[in-house]
Amino acid sequence: MTDHAKDARAQDAPTDAAALARLPRRPEEPAAPVQSTAHTVRLKALNAFYGDTHAVKGVDLTYAANQVTAMIGPSGCGKSTLVRCINRMHEEVPGARAEGEVLLGETDLYGAGVDLTSVRRTIGMVFQKPNPFPTMSIFDNVAAGLRLSGTKRGDLKERVEWALRGAGLWEEVKDRLGSPGVGLSGGQQQRLCIARTIAVEPDVILMDEPCSALDPIATLRIEELIHELKQRFTIVIVTHNMQQAARVADTTAFMLAGELVEHAPTERIFTNPDDDRTEQYVTGKFG
Amino acid sequence: MASGSIAEPQAPPSALKPPTGFRHADPLMQGILAALAAGILVLIGFFFVRLVVEARPAFEAYGFFNFVFSDEWVPSKGEFGALPLVFGTLVTSAIALLIGVPVAIATAVYLTELCPARLRSPLTVLVELLAAVPSVVYGLWGIYFLAPKLLPAEKWFADTFSFLPFVDGPVSIPNYFVAGLILAIMVLPIVSAITREVMSTVPKEHKEAALALGATRWEMIRMAILPYARPGIAGASMLGLGRALGETIAVTIVIGNAAVIGDSIFSQGYSLAAVIANEFGEAASDPTHRAALIAAGLLLFVVTLVINGVARTYVNRAETAALRSVPKGMAG
Ligand SMILES: Nc1ncnc2c1ncn2[C@@H]1O[C@H](COP(=O)(O)OP(=O)(O)O)[C@@H](O)[C@H]1O
Ligand SMILES: [Mg+2]
Repeated sequence: MTDHAKDARAQDAPTDAAALARLPRRPEEPAAPVQSTAHTVRLKALNAFYGDTHAVKGVDLTYAANQVTAMIGPSGCGKSTLVRCINRMHEEVPGARAEGEVLLGETDLYGAGVDLTSVRRTIGMVFQKPNPFPTMSIFDNVAAGLRLSGTKRGDLKERVEWALRGAGLWEEVKDRLGSPGVGLSGGQQQRLCIARTIAVEPDVILMDEPCSALDPIATLRIEELIHELKQRFTIVIVTHNMQQAARVADTTAFMLAGELVEHAPTERIFTNPDDDRTEQYVTGKFG
Repeated sequence: MASGSIAEPQAPPSALKPPTGFRHADPLMQGILAALAAGILVLIGFFFVRLVVEARPAFEAYGFFNFVFSDEWVPSKGEFGALPLVFGTLVTSAIALLIGVPVAIATAVYLTELCPARLRSPLTVLVELLAAVPSVVYGLWGIYFLAPKLLPAEKWFADTFSFLPFVDGPVSIPNYFVAGLILAIMVLPIVSAITREVMSTVPKEHKEAALALGATRWEMIRMAILPYARPGIAGASMLGLGRALGETIAVTIVIGNAAVIGDSIFSQGYSLAAVIANEFGEAASDPTHRAALIAAGLLLFVVTLVINGVARTYVNRAETAALRSVPKGMAG
């Protein structure tokens, strides 16, 4: 493909993927080329507990940078718990604790002296139910994280627009940034939450069943978005929908009863998995 | 046996299960409850009319406008200007809210979000016990213990911040500020209980949204909890205000009972409720005095209604604004 053809394609892009890739990381930095800042995430012997309940059992797993990894498995197998260990949200549950290592690049997120707020700023999270702040406008929702990290007032507008473009929402909301975020449709709300997450420029984005409250069209938009976001971020998506995993994920990990059964390229998981239990699950024999 | 319907082809049995028990109680119950509700309204209306009728001699003798806006209340000379009383009522209640509401919110935030789980219920009970102390005890404690102890601090404050309006001047032991402070302690339990209730309804998703953005606990409280709970906190403050406006015995003990408009928050004053409690005995023999006290009661009633009405509209508006912004379905 010639450079010219590449440019033409970028201009034809249905959403703002090209804009996302082109926009500078900081306003004062040169516009292009943009290096991805995403890191690999490695879980080492990760265990998670709720009181005496052992919800995640000795998981070793590597999430490659700039890849989408899907987590599948029957309900209650520990997918949510696992991803919540990655940004240390797990420990917010009273009585919950985690053991083991979560390495972002070379940094152990559970190491001594690690600042919880910077862990969460570096590893963003999108939840199952769209959860924009109900009292905040669209603009303020996206700016919420930026304000926490002390972004200057002057830069705020630019950053918010960047994030909304990145989430493919800018064109739909640019004329009503001041209206309440919860006035949007469910799909738009979820993209607003994605904008809020990417606004602070994390390395990694965790998504816990981000489409389970959405209709098929809204789901499709989010899936397209995930394709675009992986150019810049490392993405982990929990899903109970195997078609979705097949559509968006480069690799897929199958969990069962708190254990990691198998992690392989998505194609392999769905056509020729190593483990019988994986095969049974993906062919709908249980779960 | 009704179940063998194949053998009995006469009438097709109803697919519905037969009703159980006696159901006519519903309309009856509804009637009784409606009558009770109407009764309450009638009672309030009657109350109001009665107060107006009884207070009329005072208004006639003195003029309605004069009664409310003149500042001489000297029953022995037959002068009844209620302004110092209205003033005292409003000032002490305002001080009560200014001090009580922030403390109540802080208490509620601490109890719902910050305090260790095993301390939560004992502390909650402790705060609620404040409501169980009789107001006369608060009054006594206020005048014999709190007011003398506060005196040096009040003097220092009056000297240091004398440039502020309504602060400079001599400090008396019973005064508006002490009354307001006692009222603040008295409104604290109700305001903090309701605030706590509202805060505990903040959905977990909102709190997690804030934490997942890298908010500290305090930032999460500011971002997700306080804005969500604001209408409820406003409502709780209104209930507290109602309590403060009408409080009688504690105020009369610590306000000094001087029917003048004080020069500062550290001056003696009087309140509508306190004047009624103190003078109703001697007023029995003087019809105008009696009418003036009833008029003071009417005024208190109206002030409370107006303030409540204003506050309620404000709270309602906040709530409708919140309602208008519910999600428009999940499509999209
Ligand atoms: N807040 C909690 N308290 C106690 N146990 C929990 C809690 N959340 C989840 N669990 C338990 O942990 C296990 C894993 O749950 P989860 O990670 O939510 O599964 P999944 O997301 O795969 O459906 C389940 O057995 C569940 O009952
Ligand atoms: Mg889950």
